[in-house]
Amino acid sequence: MDKIKSLDDLRKMKQAVQSQLNLRERGENSENYVQIKVAMATCGIAAGAREVMNAFLRKIEDDKILAIVTQTGCMGYCHSEPTVEVKKPGEEPIIFGHVDAKKADSIVDKYIKNGELLEGIIPVNYQTIV
Amino acid sequence: MYKMHLLVCGGTGCRATQSKQIEENLRAELKAKGLENDAQVIITGCFGFCEKGPIVKILPDNTFYVGVESEDAAEIVEEHVLKGRRVERLLYTDPENKEHISDSKHMGFYQKQIRIALRNCGFIDPENIDEYIARDGYFALGKVLEMSQTEAIEIMKKSGLRGRGGGGFPTGLKWEIAYNNKADQKYVVCNADEGDPGAFMDRSILEGDPHSIIEAMTICGYCIGASKGLVYIRAEYPLAITRLQIALKQAREYGLIGKNILGRNFDFDIELRYGAGAFVCGEETALIHSMEGLRGEPTVKPPYPAESGYLGKPTNVNNVETFANVPVIFLKGHEWFSSIGTAKSKGTKVFAITGKINNVGLIEVPMGITLREVIYEVGGGIKDGKMFKAVQTGGPSGGCLTEKHLDTPIDYDSLLAVGSMMGSGGMIVMDEDDCMVSIARFYLEFILEESCGKCTPCRIGNKRLHEILKKITEGKGEPADIERLKALGNVIKDTSLCGLGQTAPNPVLSTISNFEDEYLAHVNEKRCPAGQCKALLKYEVDENLCTGCTLCFRNCPVGAITGERRQPHHVNQSLCIKCGVCLEKCKFNAILLT
Ligand SMILES: Cc1cc2nc3c(=O)[nH]c(=O)nc-3n(C[C@H](O)[C@H](O)[C@H](O)COP(=O)(O)O)c2cc1C
Repeated sequence: MDKIKSLDDLRKMKQAVQSQLNLRERGENSENYVQIKVAMATCGIAAGAREVMNAFLRKIEDDKILAIVTQTGCMGYCHSEPTVEVKKPGEEPIIFGHVDAKKADSIVDKYIKNGELLEGIIPVNYQTIV
Repeated sequence: MYKMHLLVCGGTGCRATQSKQIEENLRAELKAKGLENDAQVIITGCFGFCEKGPIVKILPDNTFYVGVESEDAAEIVEEHVLKGRRVERLLYTDPENKEHISDSKHMGFYQKQIRIALRNCGFIDPENIDEYIARDGYFALGKVLEMSQTEAIEIMKKSGLRGRGGGGFPTGLKWEIAYNNKADQKYVVCNADEGDPGAFMDRSILEGDPHSIIEAMTICGYCIGASKGLVYIRAEYPLAITRLQIALKQAREYGLIGKNILGRNFDFDIELRYGAGAFVCGEETALIHSMEGLRGEPTVKPPYPAESGYLGKPTNVNNVETFANVPVIFLKGHEWFSSIGTAKSKGTKVFAITGKINNVGLIEVPMGITLREVIYEVGGGIKDGKMFKAVQTGGPSGGCLTEKHLDTPIDYDSLLAVGSMMGSGGMIVMDEDDCMVSIARFYLEFILEESCGKCTPCRIGNKRLHEILKKITEGKGEPADIERLKALGNVIKDTSLCGLGQTAPNPVLSTISNFEDEYLAHVNEKRCPAGQCKALLKYEVDENLCTGCTLCFRNCPVGAITGERRQPHHVNQSLCIKCGVCLEKCKFNAILLT
């Protein structure tokens, strides 16, 4: 490791290691962040929920979205898996069905960034498990 | 990239209850499920909620698992990590409404806490400097190095921070005095002796966030003009020592201590000095002598260490927790810091709360919070629904406060005014079953062992105090003894050489003033109201209930019980050693304890 020789070096160092802790800092104050919950029960995993989760993680990192991505149990919409719940701070959660990596990107671009609604929204009549 | 962090408490308390095994099992389970690249296991410092340990916290899901056992690792990985379902049975249950709480922010234990000194404990990996830097670590140092020494000292003074080691001396002022004393070499000393029985504040900070101490000592070094720092730490703190050593090595590798720190013309490095765990070595002059290789005995002040300390050079001694506050003052500003607390006591105080309380643990609360809030809200009230009797603060130098003091705000001056003191942060809660005379005797026993013996009042005076207390608890006390305790106690306070002797009679004097009835019961009625003083207990047989089964007779180890078969038995008081076996064995509740 190179020595930190100035306050500037220290700032660069912090930037390089910051993402390690973002996950924890945001998690502790989740109500202030966009919460993306991917249903990860057997049905969801079979339908590709894992890839969807990775797609969200990549996208929020690349676009520097202030969001946290977690997984939940089965939401009871097995016919529409993979399903994803998105909750913006202070708003009601919205559920998207049949999400794939591409749709994950557009959920971030359209709904999270601009508040536009997309196709495939499932009416909410359930309680999340986690 | 990791999607999830599993924080496992690696404080001494949770370590003792197998958190190491939990960590290993979690890693093995993750590996077995192919999840080792998805979820990261991190060992942190103490979360504080020791009562409910071992603790595993999962983020970003913000789930706080309590009382985790090593066998639970498989379920946590299978259910939570893999399937996204919380393991309900490991969640904290609210004692009032019996609901599960997963976010620690909503637990009574945490609601009134503000974590400044403990900001990183239970959050970062103390063995990884990068995590400290990610939390703005060493940025306070960076800021300070761009100021003049006096500017930085001024900020410390304005913050209102006072020493957390017991004395409560204003920290900025102490630094200013050390700065003003010119010398070719000065020293910064961190007092990590922590000798109060039951206290583990400093230990937890060093175990959970060692870099905060290194950063603060370096800041102090710059301010006063010292290039050398020493941490005096008791050798019984192996985990804290290891983590400090790792942290020092990392800081040195990054160039955050050493020569030309952050490109400035300032050198500073830190070494460790090990203490053998004597209470008196926490007293700063004794501490310095111990570091010099001399006997750990105090000397008269002045001269204060700031004038003539380690090797006769100006030395600034601060407590671990005092230092832990320093970086935050520079990061968030003295205005922010001084907005917390009371007029004369700023910021927070860390306490180790123990005794007859539901939530034993490590807490950090704003100054000015009342004892009642700490005991009933943070501490969750008295164990087993018993009655509160007293709370002891300030360790062997402090006093016992009662019900009528519960609304006292916790700050340096208010606690002194009611006859106790802030101390370094030990807080022991007592219930109706605790005998206050015995408690005073316990503290004096500690003092007898820990007095260095250098001055007569402390060496002999405390021994005499102890003898009188022993007499009282053995039922041989006389009314004049209470006056003797008071008179002698005050002489010891007035004439002892150092803070140890000057405060040693406090537990006795405060229990006399707050629980005089209890002393009188012991002396006049030869009765211990709490039923603790063995010599004052009496085991008797209730003749109406005794069936003469001979069970007590056969079990009494000293043959103090006599009686014919099927006839009421009898306890011979002169032989009875009050072991209580008869009471335990009797099936007919015929043994009375009075
Ligand atoms: C008997 C005795 C024991 C002490 N033990 C400690 C201790 O364990 N830790 C500590 O920081 N200060 C202890 N002190 C207080 C120190 O002498 C000193 O005041 C303190 O380290 C200064 O740091 P501060 O201003 O940051 O509190 C003790 C004092 C006395 C009289």
